Amino acid sequence: MNDFIEKNIGVMLVLILIAVSFGGAVEIIPLMTQKVVTQPIEGLKPLSPLQLEGRDIYIREGCNVCHSQMIRPLRAEVERYGHYTVAGELVYNHPFLWGSKRTGPDLARVGGLYSDAWHRAHLRDPRSVVPESNMPAFPWLFEKKLNIDDTAAKLKALQTLGVPYTDEQIAKATDGLDDKTEADALIAYLQQLGTLIKDRR
Amino acid sequence: MSTGISWFVIIGTLGSILGFFLLLFMNRKISRPGQTTGHSYDGIEEYDNPLPAWWYWAFILSMVFGLGYLAYYPGLGNFAGLSGWTQVKDLEEDRAAAAEKYGPIFAQYREVPIDELAKNPDVVKIGRRLFTTNCSVCHGATGQGSFGFPNLTDSEWMWGGSNEAIEETITNGRNGVMTPFGSILGEKGVSEAASYVMSLSGREVDPEEAAKGKVHFQTYCFVCHGMDAKGQAMFGAPNLTNEIWLYGNSRLRIEYTIKNGRNNQMPSFKDKLSADKIHILAAYVKSLGANK
Repeated sequence: MNDFIEKNIGVMLVLILIAVSFGGAVEIIPLMTQKVVTQPIEGLKPLSPLQLEGRDIYIREGCNVCHSQMIRPLRAEVERYGHYTVAGELVYNHPFLWGSKRTGPDLARVGGLYSDAWHRAHLRDPRSVVPESNMPAFPWLFEKKLNIDDTAAKLKALQTLGVPYTDEQIAKATDGLDDKTEADALIAYLQQLGTLIKDRR
Repeated sequence: MSTGISWFVIIGTLGSILGFFLLLFMNRKISRPGQTTGHSYDGIEEYDNPLPAWWYWAFILSMVFGLGYLAYYPGLGNFAGLSGWTQVKDLEEDRAAAAEKYGPIFAQYREVPIDELAKNPDVVKIGRRLFTTNCSVCHGATGQGSFGFPNLTDSEWMWGGSNEAIEETITNGRNGVMTPFGSILGEKGVSEAASYVMSLSGREVDPEEAAKGKVHFQTYCFVCHGMDAKGQAMFGAPNLTNEIWLYGNSRLRIEYTIKNGRNNQMPSFKDKLSADKIHILAAYVKSLGANK
């Protein structure tokens, strides 16, 4: 049998896949069945169209490359950022923006932490408010008007994935977004991050 | 998790370990000691030797470690492990230990009036740390503020400088709104109002324009800024008669402010910091203005 497997690379590939899948299977499959992972926490709403466009700018500008959105249940992190991230907060996240590299601070609970004006000043020129910051400036976000051509389609796609957008919301997706800049959208997205769970410390 | 899923995890995990063990055990014996397997690849042949002993025992040890780990920590479905350890429990214990250690440091000042605390060097030191972590991002490392973010070391308190007002500002935040007057006053009116506002702090302006501006002021602006233009802490309306300008003192800036209004928000810290810490912070903020 050894000889047979060694000489048939296709069979070997399938057998290797089976052999290495056990570990993943026992870790991933149970999660899919657990309420704590699949049920939204109380009060969780899907992103508004403006926030959703902001999320896409967050992805486009690569914010998740330097900022994580995942507060681990460790005292040092909870002390600094707030309540640890729970799965129920993230059930409407497609894709997850947990990130892994922490060049900048974690943003999982940045919502409401600073004023909109602060975010504007900070995105335009981070050094103007945080002199030691090494974050790049994003001045073009203030000049570029938000592209809303695909907003409704994005909502529709998320609806297909199980995010509870109503058809009415999709129909009215671009209402009031005509004059928004990309910065408006990004700030709207940031200001809602992690605001549902509070933790006084 | 449900019983079925739990068993799936248990069987999957232990079954894998057992499978590895069998694989390792079955390959222990060699059928042709000292001989080659018979494979020949471009003249390269291989012996059919067993695993080196250190390797074999490292495998066995890691399996024993794995089983011990699964017995002690949660890993097998619904079995919580002999230690009863969970991530959240671990965190709560850490936090409880920290609260016990550090809590009293903050709590001992709870009943002490802010004025007294502001003169206590220990409290100022703690306050500075809290300030650096939570406030400096907007108000600057030394509380000096910047464009749109109030300077805390000067003599002006937009929302009142009493101990209670400072604590209230930190606890519940503030939202200062100056409504835009561009459409009401028009280009010319805005310019006139700016002239009057500038004259209030003794700057040279066209007296005729300022006189017209005064009429605008007494029609609209006085509601928040007061008849004497000295501001009203109730609305967070700043004093316009001094040299302190949150949004710049050039004519351009002042006209912009009158035309477009301003919206200034101080976030609330009641969901973030304990009352004891806010009390100390208030004392620190108070101490910043001690030299004025």
